Amino acid sequence: MGDLFTNFFSGIIPMEAYIAVSLVMFFSGIYGFISRKSLLMILISIELILNSIDINFAVFNRYLYPEQMEGFFFALFTIAISACETAVAIAIVINIYRNLNNVEVDSLNQLKE
Amino acid sequence: MAQQIIFYILAVIISVFSIMAVTSKRLIRSATYLLFVLLGTAGLYLLLGYHYLFAVQVAVYAGGIMVLYIFAILLTQKPGERITPEPLRQRALAIVLSSVGIVFCGYIIFNNITKVYTLVAQDELNTKHIGMTLMGTEKFQYLLPFEVISILLLACIVGAIMIARKRS
Repeated sequence: MGDLFTNFFSGIIPMEAYIAVSLVMFFSGIYGFISRKSLLMILISIELILNSIDINFAVFNRYLYPEQMEGFFFALFTIAISACETAVAIAIVINIYRNLNNVEVDSLNQLKE
Repeated sequence: MAQQIIFYILAVIISVFSIMAVTSKRLIRSATYLLFVLLGTAGLYLLLGYHYLFAVQVAVYAGGIMVLYIFAILLTQKPGERITPEPLRQRALAIVLSSVGIVFCGYIIFNNITKVYTLVAQDELNTKHIGMTLMGTEKFQYLLPFEVISILLLACIVGAIMIARKRS
């Protein structure tokens, strides 16, 4: 914690500064996931969570194992998988809207018409 | 020096906009704040020296996924409509849970992580090297995950069309 302030404007950027940013992003995603009712807001929260994980992969790779590329490729594949997940989820949301005329979680008690 | 200032600006932007994205009352504003968060993350990748990851983040996330979100919001929401606020109990539960989580993880991180890192100077990752690693079949190379991802994308396209098409 002390290093965070002594290195504030000089020296290298401390690793825990990156981790702190991704921590804030992750738990704001958790907050949105639990508290919001709109399906699209839940999707946006999931997107925040996935994005914070990507930051962690890249940061751990760059700081701890700079000569290897595992974290880099994990971040790359995570981005591709989250693109897939978003496309399918938005198709489901549009289908739900067509059947029920809103996208609130409360009104969803059956998926099959 | 310049790197530190840019990093702290990006960190403030990312933290503030990610909180605003999940607390905003209008969906289209949430999507816009999410776009700022994603672009800030792309800036972090640039600071780390991963230029290829920066390009992928801007193209796939900020370009592709955000367009999908904007389309979905405009298709399912009346313009300018506010979301009805969630019950206070649910919000309080979420605030308590996420605060406990952030304090717990922050405590662990700040008490342990300073012992492990050293930042070694490294020149930019060569795009040719990335391509060879992605296409190779030896140890620490990624041809099989690459093919699996391509099949996953195909399945996702077919599935999305199947789910979203109009039933007669």
